[in-house]
Amino acid sequence: MNERIRRGHTLSEPLVFELSSPGRRGVSLPEPDVPARPLAAYLPAGDMRDVPPELPEVSEVDVVRHYTRLSTLNYHPDRAMYPLGSCTIKHNPKVNEDMAALPGFARLHPMQQDETCQGSLQLLYELSHYLAEIAGLDGVSLQPAAGAHGELTGLMIMRAYHENRGHARRKVIIPDSAHGTNPASVTLVGYETVQIPTNAHGLVDTGRLAELIDEETAAFMLTNPNTLGLFESEIRTIADIVHDAGALLYMDGANLNAVLGITRPGDMGFDVVHFNLHKTFSTPHGGGGPGAGPVGVRSDLVRFLPTPVPVKDGDTYRFDYNRPDSIGRVRSFGGSFGMMVRAYAYIRANGPDGLRQVSENAILNANYIMRRLEKHYPRTVLVHGAQKETPIPAEVPCQHEFVASGTRFREHGVRMLDIAKRLLDYGFYAPTIYFPLIVPEAAMVEPTETESKESIDQFIDAMTAIAEEVENDPELVRNAPHTTPVSRLDEARAAHPKTLNLRYRKPETE
Amino acid sequence: MTYIPNTDADRQAMMEAIGIGSVEELLTVIPTGVRLDGPLDLPPALSELELHDTMGEMAARNGSADRMASFVGGGMYDHFVPSAVGHLAGRSEFLTSYTPYQPEVSQGTLQGIYEFQTMICELTGLDVANASMYDGASATAEAALLARSATRRDRVLLAGGLHPHYVETVYTYAHGPGIEVETLPCTGGTLDPDRLASALSDDTACVIVQHPNFFGCLESIRDLERVVHAAGALLVMAVDPISLGVIESPGAYGADIAVGEGQSMGNHVSYGGPALGFFAARDRFVRRMPGRIAGQTVDQENRRGFVLTLQAREQHIRRDKATSNICTSQQLNALMATIYLSLIGKEGLRQVAELCLHKSHYAAERIAELPGYELAFDRPFFKEFVVRTPAPPGEIVTRLAEEGLLTGIDLGRFPSLELENGLLIAVTERRTRAQIDRLVETLGRFS
Repeated sequence: MNERIRRGHTLSEPLVFELSSPGRRGVSLPEPDVPARPLAAYLPAGDMRDVPPELPEVSEVDVVRHYTRLSTLNYHPDRAMYPLGSCTIKHNPKVNEDMAALPGFARLHPMQQDETCQGSLQLLYELSHYLAEIAGLDGVSLQPAAGAHGELTGLMIMRAYHENRGHARRKVIIPDSAHGTNPASVTLVGYETVQIPTNAHGLVDTGRLAELIDEETAAFMLTNPNTLGLFESEIRTIADIVHDAGALLYMDGANLNAVLGITRPGDMGFDVVHFNLHKTFSTPHGGGGPGAGPVGVRSDLVRFLPTPVPVKDGDTYRFDYNRPDSIGRVRSFGGSFGMMVRAYAYIRANGPDGLRQVSENAILNANYIMRRLEKHYPRTVLVHGAQKETPIPAEVPCQHEFVASGTRFREHGVRMLDIAKRLLDYGFYAPTIYFPLIVPEAAMVEPTETESKESIDQFIDAMTAIAEEVENDPELVRNAPHTTPVSRLDEARAAHPKTLNLRYRKPETE
Repeated sequence: MTYIPNTDADRQAMMEAIGIGSVEELLTVIPTGVRLDGPLDLPPALSELELHDTMGEMAARNGSADRMASFVGGGMYDHFVPSAVGHLAGRSEFLTSYTPYQPEVSQGTLQGIYEFQTMICELTGLDVANASMYDGASATAEAALLARSATRRDRVLLAGGLHPHYVETVYTYAHGPGIEVETLPCTGGTLDPDRLASALSDDTACVIVQHPNFFGCLESIRDLERVVHAAGALLVMAVDPISLGVIESPGAYGADIAVGEGQSMGNHVSYGGPALGFFAARDRFVRRMPGRIAGQTVDQENRRGFVLTLQAREQHIRRDKATSNICTSQQLNALMATIYLSLIGKEGLRQVAELCLHKSHYAAERIAELPGYELAFDRPFFKEFVVRTPAPPGEIVTRLAEEGLLTGIDLGRFPSLELENGLLIAVTERRTRAQIDRLVETLGRFS
């Protein structure tokens, strides 16, 4: 089949550069209404660009069709369930988009003086208080741009706390089930990572924690519910061990969608937490960003929060820059404001009871899937140093997500990767696979509260059907997907500078 | 307003299917001592209609550029955003999807990243670019980290004309790993190459220069480049992408890394975010680059496709040895930039840049003619410039805001710049002659 016929079915869309035709324009601009001089009147010859950037020359209709066609190659949660564990891909309410697009918000400049930004400052001030209440903590910075950025900021705050007490300390303990961003952020603030193994119940081994922790430990970073979707029931003991050693307890807020209105990080003993507004608070993921990663802290850490913070004096709002103990800025301006508008709208729409229902429904949905799939997809954990996986008993409920193991499919030569790909053929996105690292052949399923029983049942049917296919026709599963715009891609071939952009040319200087 | 589809009957059926009588039975793993015993202290739920009214009112309390002529810049700019940008980027397929973990059903996003990377390489004249960073400031800080790891040197020099937020962010990032940072003050609005030469040493990893700088001035990049490379350090340039329609590219100047804020390309200012950092470098640094990168490949039937690549740099593989902790990109903002650059095209970018030059120079000359006003620096500029004002700039900005003009930025807000009575004024292609004349006329009242 030739490429042109394929293109009609949008199976293969050229690059926008390949659509370029000299002289085409996608937008018209006005003629200068002020005196226009030759550029040499403004710029020295040595600073003028001789070779213009080779941008495409295309018409508006070319652009509209190109990106519309490209869009149709994407799977997305407005189409069907997106059970990507740990990422909380819930429905993104449409009204939130309209709120963020209000010109009073979208066209407000961050360098305007505070008196012309009172509406936005009020929103920031109130949102930071809502988040503090939800987390049971005392102060919040909205500045970090994403979850990993919030984590980095939280670590900087903890480092500032220790430095302020005279000893920066050296180490941060994290579980072996942690997100990869945790150890990467630890390195970025100049600390070393010490990994603590998970026990046979899939939880923190408190005895081991007590052994590992010492006066060089700055913090223990934990996700609760943890990345296996299990609640750390001994959280108070953990907090005591950490605090007795003079260290701080950090909560990765990735799984906050499980605890809204049920329990709060501060009440559990956490000192610092980051929020993922793009997970728990429904801001759209945008194909992988923008997000927003606010950080909440207990009262004695508030002074270390990034500068500035929104404050209220009487009836007026302003940014407070006078914060001598602050870690400083972690980015320009005030943060991902457009995301904050959406999160604010989400919290106001739900109210306190609505938020609790969010978590309760997320938990029920996850347990329903977990129990109905456990025959084919059991939960297990591979304890550090052990030869065999330990099953997690069915009577232990998961929280908003669970992690199943696919080791039993190995005898048919099928991996969890294959099952994930086959799920695409059934019209679903795949769960998170091969994470956390302590579950072999892991599939992490998070339905969220915005899936109906019907859509969940369809997902369960698809997963069950695939498990049966593995037994009857493993080849079909191994070669999946069969119905997607492209089949499996050769990842190794993409890993060279010349494949990273269309115009690669070896620099002449080398 | 709830977004939960299941009804009580649905929940009942689900609970029966798994043999529980209430959701409470799933929460028994949470010790009572940490359970919340009452509702969260938050305002009660609003209907969608009430939400519109409440938030509409908040937005209306702002004085934004839809109602006021804006001359505010300083790192984000009121450039024109063509209608097609929002319509296309607002499609659910782009807006609501996540990271392209399953490339077979994510080719739209992945090809978009590849096109973005190509455009950034074209603009900057460098070999490789990533899928984007949080913003210009964090991209700048990450450039410092890359330079340190590539050169194994621990000292970073910042030109005094670097955006104050970028300066502060570099200091924040540098603290934990123990990188020594020094800011070199400007002379007459730019960094003096001799001053830089005397500050460079054999432990300097890089020099970070913004061009045009925070004051709008063009730096003497060619001289600075010679001095930096003679000392074996890397040259990092923070650039305005719109300026690259007429101003020489970082690659052609000899820079090793180019970063910047990409909001000007098809994104609204949105009170500072979400922003769009871009990051481009010489190809020898590709394996040290932070962030996501998409690459071109083929599928099993030899059809062209795109995947995330070189992931051995990243946190989910390398964990504590990763080049950065960044886990996402500003994908939607990068897509908006890609659509913008496609619409505006090769000729359009030059035209926008030229309009900025014409209009900003017209404004600067008219303001400089006013008694009591003068241009702070005698340097070439692109779309932004500093004027010394006869009255405190903060007062001028406040007074003129009441008349519907967003005059600029009072540089007194940045004490580290040590610039008295400095007002930073930005003029994009969006400002009309009538608006500029009105600005000049009202400023004249303070003469």
